[in-house]
Amino acid sequence: MVAVMLGRVVAGDVVRPAHVGAVTARDLTLIRSAGSYFWLVLSGFAEPLLYLLAVGWGVGSLVGAIPLEDGRSISYQAFIAPALLATSAMNGALAEATINFFAKLRYLKHYDSVLNTPVTPAEVAFGELMWATIRGALYSGAFLLVMIMMGLVTPWAALAAFPAALLICLAFSAVGLAMSTFMRDWSDFEYSGVVQFALFVFSGTFVPLSVFPEPARILVELTPLYHGVELTRAMTLGPLDSTSLVNLLYLLVLMVAATAVAARRMRRRLRR
Amino acid sequence: MTGISATPAVHGHGLATGEPVVRARSLVKRFGDITAVDGVDFTIRSGEAFGFLGRNGAGKTSTMRMIGCVSPPSDGRLTVLGMDPVREGASVRARLGVCPQEDNLDLELTARQNLTTYARYFRITRAEARRRADDLLRFVQLDDRAASKVEPLSGGMKRRLTIARALINDPEIVLLDEPTTGLDPQARHLVWERLFQLKQRGITLVLTTHYMEEAEQLCDRLVIMDGGRIVAQDAPRALIDAHCTKEVVELRFAAEDHESCADKLVGIGSHVEVLPDRLLLYTDDGDAIVPTVYERGLRPSGVLVRRSGLEDVFLHLTGRTLVEA
Ligand SMILES: Nc1ncnc2c1ncn2[C@@H]1O[C@H](COP(=O)(O)OP(=O)(O)O)[C@@H](O)[C@H]1O
Ligand SMILES: [Mg+2]
Repeated sequence: MVAVMLGRVVAGDVVRPAHVGAVTARDLTLIRSAGSYFWLVLSGFAEPLLYLLAVGWGVGSLVGAIPLEDGRSISYQAFIAPALLATSAMNGALAEATINFFAKLRYLKHYDSVLNTPVTPAEVAFGELMWATIRGALYSGAFLLVMIMMGLVTPWAALAAFPAALLICLAFSAVGLAMSTFMRDWSDFEYSGVVQFALFVFSGTFVPLSVFPEPARILVELTPLYHGVELTRAMTLGPLDSTSLVNLLYLLVLMVAATAVAARRMRRRLRR
Repeated sequence: MTGISATPAVHGHGLATGEPVVRARSLVKRFGDITAVDGVDFTIRSGEAFGFLGRNGAGKTSTMRMIGCVSPPSDGRLTVLGMDPVREGASVRARLGVCPQEDNLDLELTARQNLTTYARYFRITRAEARRRADDLLRFVQLDDRAASKVEPLSGGMKRRLTIARALINDPEIVLLDEPTTGLDPQARHLVWERLFQLKQRGITLVLTTHYMEEAEQLCDRLVIMDGGRIVAQDAPRALIDAHCTKEVVELRFAAEDHESCADKLVGIGSHVEVLPDRLLLYTDDGDAIVPTVYERGLRPSGVLVRRSGLEDVFLHLTGRTLVEA
């Protein structure tokens, strides 16, 4: 009931959990039946892992230990690992919510068949949001396991960081879906790819934000991955404080707003 | 589900046969400046096979999509199963089966998975979905391809699978948009056979087509659409009787100008129609008038006397043939 009402407010349409689940279930069928797809999904977390190894060891050996506010000091690798966790969550979510979703929407006409059933466009949007989030969760879960194995995070801190990663997945899935409804053709994804890379390298990932000049710092503070990085870092390295709350709210608001845009634009496109 | 394998001719939905299930009054669909459907009236009754006949662009698909509650009407009134297609669209769609003009099967899934995943959109339990999927695959003769991906299936197989998918929720009305377009004759006959079985079971069929044979064989009643309007509606035989003579004489001429030949034919039969490749002479007795053609000094290279059909009705009402060359 709560979910249905929430759906009405966010999506402006009926959202029934059983239908959302059915949309997500279709995508999960793919994972289960096509083994190669499963590996494709998991291979997605390889990129942040390579950065962790190459930059972590490489640059890490030059910069030495990083002092934290509470007086502790950590390795450079431990400093960038939470940021790469946030990045893998973003990458996983966007991989599904942009290109794959766009293909289903525009070329495969997949939703034309789904919408001949009682399922509504808003329910399709929610279902795909869940699926993109699951893919992001697979990326970030796998990355967290690597962090634990490398001793970069304690299992308890990893457990705390996972919900933060999930929130990042949700927010970026919603953004990806909303963005895809505006895309004219494949070439538009070239631009979004550049933006995604810029977010990755500038969100306080490899250096603390304080090294940037003031205007750049403000700009970065307005972008979503920065808040994700801050949140995963607070969860794993501390401290959790009022700015963490701001990060949390930022991602929540982004998720709701982007979902609302995606659901409404889906309806406009598909119910003509 | 009353079951695809259940006893035929039993109506499983409690709707009395003959009850109106779709009612359109002054129904309009516009896309920007284009008026795709321009004020149509029709009533479809439970248990009948109702056809929309018209050439490409006549507005058939637009009408079907409004009935299917996926495209809101721009004007006029429409009720489907007694409900409003916009406000109560989801409840209506739960009771419809849809076979769209272009197959939009899930190419990444197997034939069977296409049916089982689709079943979940109707909240059919997994076990029930599997049972129905197997029943339906047998019904459309695809049980040996159940585990095959959809991509390599032939056009006819894909169409049959789409029809099976449209039946997964045991629908009361099945909408079929050009169910046999692009199929070879054999595949087409298999589809017709299945559709005929559905009709015998009391399922209401609504189909669009531009094949005369299909319309004449399957449809109890049909409307002829042209330019977004309905130009005639009735039973196929009644339409032919009302708008056409019993027989048609087709005349082909080698090199002559068709218009001038037509002039010479004035007065023979009830009227003459000039097509790019032949002349049509309408009459109740073809054999009786063929000699008159020769008496007027014409030497056709080919003469064919045949019974009149829907194609002739269409030509008469719209001035054009139905299937473009
Ligand atoms: N989504 C759409 N946007 C704009 N025009 C459309 C759309 N769908 C159909 N039309 C136009 O409406 C008219 C009727 O099309 P349609 O209903 O598909 O006819 P049919 O199915 O009889 O071939 C055509 O002129 C077509 O171009
Ligand atoms: Mg059409």
